[in-house]
Amino acid sequence: MNVDTERTITLTVNGIPREATVPVRRLLSDALRHDLGLTGTHVGCEHGVCGACTVLVDGEPMRSCLLLAVQLDGASVTTVEGLARDDHRGGQVLHPVQEAFRECHALQCGFCTPGFLTTIAAGLEKRDNSAELTEEEVDDMVGGNLCRCTGYANIKKAVHTANAAMRDGS
Amino acid sequence: MTTKLFGEPVRRREDARLIVGKGRYLDDIGSNALAAAFVRSPHAHARVVDIDVDGALEVEGLVAIYTYEDLHGPMAEPLPVLIPHPQLHAPRTGYPLANGEVNHVGEPVVMVVATDRYVAEDVCDRIVVTYEELPVVVGVDAARSATHAVHAEIPDNVAARHHQETGDVEPALAASPHTLSFTQYIERSACMPMEGKGVHARWDDADSSLRVYSSTQASTSVRAAIAAKLELSLDKVEVIAPDVGGGFGVKINHPWPEELMVPLAAIALQAEVKWSEDRREHFISSAHERQQRQEITVGYDDDGRITALDVHIWHDNGAYTPYGIIVPIVTATQLVGPYVLPVYRVIVESVYTNTVIVTPYRGAGRPQGCYAMERTMDRIADALGLDRALVRERNLIRPDQFPYDHHLTFQDGRPVIYDSGDYPGLLDKLKALVGWSAAEELRAAAAERGKLLGVGMAMYVEGTGPGPYEGGHVQVLGSGKVLVSTGLTSQGQGHETVFAQIVASELGVPIEDIEVTTGDTRRFGYAVGTFASRAAVMSGNAIALAARGVREKALRIAADVLEVDPGDLEIDNGVVQVKGTPGASMPLRTVAVVSNPLRYAFDEAAKQATQFARPGSDDKPPVAVGDAPGLEHVDYYSPIRSTFASGAHAAIVEIDPATWEIDVVKYAVVHDCGNVVNPMIVEGQVHGGVAQGVGGALYERMVYDKDGQLQNASFMDFLMPYASEVPDIDIDHQQTPSPLNALGIKGAGEAGVIPGTAAIASAIEDAVGRRIASMPISPTELYDLMRNDDSELTAACARRSGTGAMA
Repeated sequence: MNVDTERTITLTVNGIPREATVPVRRLLSDALRHDLGLTGTHVGCEHGVCGACTVLVDGEPMRSCLLLAVQLDGASVTTVEGLARDDHRGGQVLHPVQEAFRECHALQCGFCTPGFLTTIAAGLEKRDNSAELTEEEVDDMVGGNLCRCTGYANIKKAVHTANAAMRDGS
Repeated sequence: MTTKLFGEPVRRREDARLIVGKGRYLDDIGSNALAAAFVRSPHAHARVVDIDVDGALEVEGLVAIYTYEDLHGPMAEPLPVLIPHPQLHAPRTGYPLANGEVNHVGEPVVMVVATDRYVAEDVCDRIVVTYEELPVVVGVDAARSATHAVHAEIPDNVAARHHQETGDVEPALAASPHTLSFTQYIERSACMPMEGKGVHARWDDADSSLRVYSSTQASTSVRAAIAAKLELSLDKVEVIAPDVGGGFGVKINHPWPEELMVPLAAIALQAEVKWSEDRREHFISSAHERQQRQEITVGYDDDGRITALDVHIWHDNGAYTPYGIIVPIVTATQLVGPYVLPVYRVIVESVYTNTVIVTPYRGAGRPQGCYAMERTMDRIADALGLDRALVRERNLIRPDQFPYDHHLTFQDGRPVIYDSGDYPGLLDKLKALVGWSAAEELRAAAAERGKLLGVGMAMYVEGTGPGPYEGGHVQVLGSGKVLVSTGLTSQGQGHETVFAQIVASELGVPIEDIEVTTGDTRRFGYAVGTFASRAAVMSGNAIALAARGVREKALRIAADVLEVDPGDLEIDNGVVQVKGTPGASMPLRTVAVVSNPLRYAFDEAAKQATQFARPGSDDKPPVAVGDAPGLEHVDYYSPIRSTFASGAHAAIVEIDPATWEIDVVKYAVVHDCGNVVNPMIVEGQVHGGVAQGVGGALYERMVYDKDGQLQNASFMDFLMPYASEVPDIDIDHQQTPSPLNALGIKGAGEAGVIPGTAAIASAIEDAVGRRIASMPISPTELYDLMRNDDSELTAACARRSGTGAMA
């Protein structure tokens, strides 16, 4: 390893400690996709505008195309692959946002979807879901991500559906 | 459980993988592949004088560099003109890599292959290309003036002069009680799918075969193009469209230079090679659409009925014409909309500019045609002081006039004959949905709040489902699984779901047993592609016919076994049974097993089909003459002509007279695509289309400077709608089934985008009382229009006190 151009980093991804030796210039998005094989995180613009590459870093939504992998040494990252939790029988229980996206037809091509799912999951988990979810809150939550297929109506509907499910389930 | 799923809002089957990050898009394939990157022209028009790679050769990880000099045989020839047309008199296409001249910023000049994309781009940075700059042509007006030529041997810059007429327009205009003439513009936008293009290729040297994954809308034709260009036998090339992150038209053009260069490198290097387009590359080297200058003269009577229409359009086709003149033809023929035009003449001159090529973007010329026709209706209404809806109403084709022949030739070479529709019905529903008659009250209420409110509408007819054909294959396996395939591709429309719904309904099997594959030449080799709102019409009907073939065969085989008449049998929930007789039945999976006489039993089910287990007559062969083993059927749907969907949109805008910000406060859609396979998916298509329509009307514009540099080639600067820019959409449906196909369906994919620009222009004009003749329009442009003493006031504005005065 050339220490001038490469570093070995350890980070927790979807609850699992991972180690990777990456060039110092490697974007987090590329490291997740190509070094760790987590291709659910998509890259739509590479300049932080579309939000498709959004992952949760220590619980906060961040654009993985604007972060270098070496910045994440020691951090905890959740990607779309980590939103569902394992059940007791070797299967998975979807996150309410994932369920709501399917129920509300909130995706078409699915390319931007991982960024919406991580962003909304973080947004809904952070809020007190006994409080009424306003349209303004929903607009804020989804307003930084681009989707070219859906026109957003069903994405906004899915946020309400997921919020209701989390409220009723919590 | 029901298997009658046609028409039901079945939840999408593709979502299970897409919501957990298990989709398989182009860049998810081949994590160890070598990476390609391209040196692209920084100039809009130049001669390539020299390419110096010496400084790049030392970069660690460099594998190969390709320039035009490395191309031979068909690869050294220009890319194909995909759709030749007699009126495309001067077609031009580029080369896989520039051959001595570049004609737009972004044209590929050098391909680099390296160990990863970062290294490949390092190499690109070190390659020095010397150019001799040439004069640049940007925009339709510069192309028309022909001061400079894009292609030296085409001094007038005209690639094609598309001309259609239905009568003698000049005397008809001369005899008209009134005429009016105007010129208007519409600007460039682009498809901008969230996933750019991409190609992955791998060569199996021992087998001499090539597998290519491409983010394409036309995998069978990409396959044929690769085979032709790389001089491979078609049977040695397979092309697969994996999950595709949106298309909207840009991925129907092919072969892109990269679709040829990446396989070329994979063969030469005997390695996996991949190229994933980045966003800037997509802006400057894929395709745009929409820019036109439209000169319109219309004759009409005192009631506002059109007597003659004469349209002359200049269409910016960019640097090359690989997709022929499809967009000009679609504009010319779809412009007529739902109206009776006694005499119509249209000329579209398709002109070269030193900008990115123009190929279909959702709507594909229809939004421009709708903009021309609908703004004409608004002008007639304004001149006569009539309600805009009333003028439209008086010109509509009536329900008893179908089939209605416009005496024009459509993009499929077939006549424009509308198959069915109810246009007055659309208009009535639209007026009710948007509250058309209450517009003046809304305007007054908005004025109280210091806002300018306007209402606009636009109607359209969309030719969908053009041929020549699509095919479908349905096969029932001994496990009971039903395999369905079609060669047509998917970019997120939900084909896996709607095609499964069709098969479930036709065959009587649970949808859970059905697996649908699209766009994979290994499964289905004959196809045309996904464009022109044709997937449900074309592949949907082909698959329905294939399912009916399977059903007929299943009933025949089961009738033999059960010793009954096939007409007494039905298939319900995957079981063939005698109607009304419980117990006399056999599962479809068993029919599948016995349909294939076997010698060898490889599992329990197979035993039933072996020679000593299977009943049969000694006088007949195990497979009857004319029959075939297996419970499967292939069929094709080839329509006589396109089927014509229709709709009407209305927009209500509120404008802040301080900032001139334009807010679409209500958007209403009435939509008719015949019988609907899945209403949830159709509504989703409408939502997405409307968002693109609003974007095209108010935000999206490709801004070229005079040197041909695209000034806003990023998502920071090219403004696509976020959630905050898309209005709530009210939708009402009407269903007039198509008589042309078995399922009675018409296409739905593009409809949402078509009338957006026209309806919103109409609403803004209604709000501000100034003529809107150039779209899209930004708050700054609207401000300038309001401050310009020379801008034209509408007659409605003069009649309505107060509105124009608010400037």
